[in-house]
Amino acid sequence: MAAVQNGTHPGVVFEARGLTKIYDMGEVQVHALRGVDLELYSGELVVFLGPSGSGKSTLLNILGGLDTATSGKVSYHGKDLTRANDRELTEYRRYHVGFVFQFYNLIPSLTALENVAAVTEIARDPMKPEDALAVVGLKDRMNHFPAQLSGGEQQRVAIARAVAKNPAVLLCDEPTGALDSKTGIVVLEALERANRELGTTTAVITHNADIAAMADRVIQLSDGYIVQIERNAHKKPAKELHW
Amino acid sequence: MTALNRKLVRDLWALKGQALAIALVITSGGATFVMSLSTLDSLKATQAVYYGDFRFAEAFASMKRAPESLRLRLEEIPGTDVVQTRVIAPATIEVEGYSDPIRGQLVSIPDHGQPLLNQLYPRRGRLVDSARDDEVIVHESFAKAHGFVPGDRITTVVNGRRKRLRIVGIALSPEYVFPIAPGDFIPDFASYGIMWMARTPLEAAFDMKEAFNDAAFTLTADAQLEEVLDRVDDVIRRYGGLGAYGRTDQVSHRYLSEEFRQLEQMATIYPVIFLGVAAFLLNVVITRLIRTEREQVATLKAFGYSSAAIGFHYVKLVLAIVGIGVVGGVAAGVRFGQGLSGMYMEFYRFPFLHYVLEPYVVISAAMVSVGAGLTGTLYSVRQAAGQPPAQAMRPEPPAKYRVSIVERFGARRWLSQPARMVVRNIERRPLKSLLTATGIAMSCAILMVGFFFSDTVAAMVRIQFGLMQRDDLAVIFVEPTSRRILHELESLPGVEHGEVFRAVPVRLRSENRDYRTSIQGVEPEGDLYRVLDVDLRPIAMPPSGILLTDFLAKFLQVGPGDNLTVEVLEGGRPVREVTVAGLVTQYVGVSAYMDIDALNRLMREGRAISGVYLAADSLHETAIYSSLKEAPRVAGVSVRKKMLKNFNETMAEQLLTFTFFLTFFAGTIAFGVVYNSARVALSEKGRELASLRVLGFTRGEISFILLGELAVLTLIAIPMGYAIGGLFCGYVVKSLETDLFRFPFVIAPSTYAFAATVVLVASVISAMLVRRELNHLDLVAVLKTKE
Ligand SMILES: Nc1ncnc2c1ncn2[C@@H]1O[C@H](COP(=O)(O)OP(=O)(O)OP(=O)(O)O)[C@@H](O)[C@H]1O
Ligand SMILES: [Mg+2]
Repeated sequence: MAAVQNGTHPGVVFEARGLTKIYDMGEVQVHALRGVDLELYSGELVVFLGPSGSGKSTLLNILGGLDTATSGKVSYHGKDLTRANDRELTEYRRYHVGFVFQFYNLIPSLTALENVAAVTEIARDPMKPEDALAVVGLKDRMNHFPAQLSGGEQQRVAIARAVAKNPAVLLCDEPTGALDSKTGIVVLEALERANRELGTTTAVITHNADIAAMADRVIQLSDGYIVQIERNAHKKPAKELHW
Repeated sequence: MTALNRKLVRDLWALKGQALAIALVITSGGATFVMSLSTLDSLKATQAVYYGDFRFAEAFASMKRAPESLRLRLEEIPGTDVVQTRVIAPATIEVEGYSDPIRGQLVSIPDHGQPLLNQLYPRRGRLVDSARDDEVIVHESFAKAHGFVPGDRITTVVNGRRKRLRIVGIALSPEYVFPIAPGDFIPDFASYGIMWMARTPLEAAFDMKEAFNDAAFTLTADAQLEEVLDRVDDVIRRYGGLGAYGRTDQVSHRYLSEEFRQLEQMATIYPVIFLGVAAFLLNVVITRLIRTEREQVATLKAFGYSSAAIGFHYVKLVLAIVGIGVVGGVAAGVRFGQGLSGMYMEFYRFPFLHYVLEPYVVISAAMVSVGAGLTGTLYSVRQAAGQPPAQAMRPEPPAKYRVSIVERFGARRWLSQPARMVVRNIERRPLKSLLTATGIAMSCAILMVGFFFSDTVAAMVRIQFGLMQRDDLAVIFVEPTSRRILHELESLPGVEHGEVFRAVPVRLRSENRDYRTSIQGVEPEGDLYRVLDVDLRPIAMPPSGILLTDFLAKFLQVGPGDNLTVEVLEGGRPVREVTVAGLVTQYVGVSAYMDIDALNRLMREGRAISGVYLAADSLHETAIYSSLKEAPRVAGVSVRKKMLKNFNETMAEQLLTFTFFLTFFAGTIAFGVVYNSARVALSEKGRELASLRVLGFTRGEISFILLGELAVLTLIAIPMGYAIGGLFCGYVVKSLETDLFRFPFVIAPSTYAFAATVVLVASVISAMLVRRELNHLDLVAVLKTKE
């Protein structure tokens, strides 16, 4: 595994080497990532687990081109993201990545439907925004503004927004954090479908160890390190999960 | 419509209060700009058209008396084109029911038809019929002041002879756009009358048979004005020539040019200050506005919108706001510009208004506003988009608060918890606080610039008429007269005391600089006409040498001890040398002063006087005047009180209308700024305040935290505004200096009070509006969604 060269392994989507991230807070430095090596393979569904503050969001943000690493290297299909310029990163995010943020980040002045449309309008070959909302069970709420939706509903809009563009990779930061198990499973099924039917490489951060059962691989973070990578011999369909 | 454009429309709607306030600031800046410059352009265009169409002469010459045959010699002078000879007779006018003295001029026009030059613009009635010897046309400003209509009669006294005249027409002339009496510095329409009469009857009335005492010329295209004037002077010298002069020394034109220059200064400085301030504020406000959107910028970026696309989105937002402002500014500017031009038109007696709105005016107003808005926008969008989205999407890192300086100096125990938050908020972001305070200070400053003008005009009047010219009546004789007449005048009932003066028209020359003015010879120990030093204390008139107005000394580049060439422009036109003995401070006009005896010696004449200043009992003024107006040598009498009243009225109308507009716009700007500062603070702190409410703080307490900060900044801003306003006012005063007027740098306490009051009222209103929003703060919504 360590011998694989950038872009030479056909199945590697992401490859990270020696990633560190240090937040300089003046008096103190926060080491969010302390040297992470990692590959994500095409079409796999990976779940990240780890205690709060262990660096999960930081890692996902760097993979998604939303943040830059302090040192180390990440590549996407052999392309070095750490060295990409602003235009290349924009293009990467626009055409390749679907993102679900931990804090949803909906645009408050746009309705649910428009929040999805804002993304599909600039994507290549997206779903119809209505259909994306239907997938997360929100078709009847599509004309509501974020402030009129519950936290869970907002989260589902965020997921619809991410899957609607049919991205090559889906990066989801606690996509079910605010959901009860029934709705959570609906959402996970949507992710699972995209992963299965479109071969979308999917990374999901969660605090819920039960969800790990649907993953191809489970990656454990702690204090900025990857402490364990586990392959699921038998992954469960989302439908069979419960918590 | 794309989702992003929908966001644009909704954001704009949500911001409507603020957007409107910003637009108002731009509207005010733009309106000042458009109003002032279009007024100026219109006046200039009107002047040019009027001068051209009605053949305003380019040069003039007056003399005691020349035979009409001299016209041919004048026409032969190389460089002169059309020559119009005429008779101009000074007159005293009597109007029934009007007891104050009226001076005037009777100007001849040809017996048939229009003159070749300085043609009349008939407003009512007809031209004169030369067969009748009692027909006159009167200048419209004089006619209006007395309500004359054709058919009315007036009485004139020319050369001591009374004559009843019938008004047959009312007209205007490019020669008297600014109908001002010689020696006055502001036109008094009621007490100075220009009248036109046919040449033959006027010759008869003024003993000028087959003769003329004034000529107007146009020049050929290649003529050199100075050369032509010299030649004309040579020709008219033996006929008592009083010096040929070009348009620049023609009274009406010169005053008009000076007025235009002053207006031009005002029309440039004020709008530049206003638009500059508006641009600055716009920049500050937009920067802060966009900064509150930083998370949205990051989110859009995270989804693959390019920085350029996001930038363009906000550019559209700002353009919409600025666009409303610019359109409003141009519309208001044109509207007020027409009103203001109309007012000046009245004052200057142009027959028509040629209102022009040059494209450059609109374009520059738009460009400055748009430019200011866009730099603010692009700067903040770039800042938000320049960060990695992950970072910008997090709520701003918890601010680093410290125990504030104020607290450390021991005030801690005096401050309640909310008061501490106010102080810490201000100290935490000193730059932001400084910008907000500067914005408010700027609005305070421009209020001062608009308002202080009445202070400076009042000071000018007080100095001119309280300290310098203290007479009640001034009697002017047709020609230099013996001093003995003083006793005659002093013996009139009601006259308390009199002082003589001698005024000699001169050209003062130092090296290659020269200036046409008059030397005032006054009594050395006089009390009715005094000259003042820099500290406005009366100076004793030195027994020899000349005193110059400081402005004139600067212009001629001379100082005390230097020598000056005096070319006398009357009588034998001697040329003499005098020494500058000192400088005097004077805000109205530009004069030179000498001891009257020294002036008589310089002129090598006996103890001649040009007139007498009288201190009189106001109850007797009318009686004194009636007994004087028929005295043979009296050319005119002017009543100081009348002049003062007229000055105040005219100045008030003309300058103060302009500054009223300015003050109005300044007030609007002040409100726009303060309101915006409060609104932006609200959107920046909404979440924090909502959280505090949730934690149990009352509405009053959170209002106090938000508005207390604004109040503190406003209080800091006012003294800052005074300082900036002082600089602006000083600059205005300096730039408006002309030889007609200089404005003393005076800012009255009332102006300071006014500026502060407007700012405070604007703050209170803004605070009330924001307080209302605070009361409706939707706690759940604020906490549920992230902005
Ligand atoms: N912008 C930032 N500035 C300073 N420190 C940061 C910043 N972002 C993250 N951190 C710190 O880096 C560490 C890792 O944060 P990260 O958000 O990656 O954790 P996480 O594993 O996603 O935690 P959670 O499960 O709570 O979301 C934390 O200690 C966090 O406080
Ligand atoms: Mg996280």
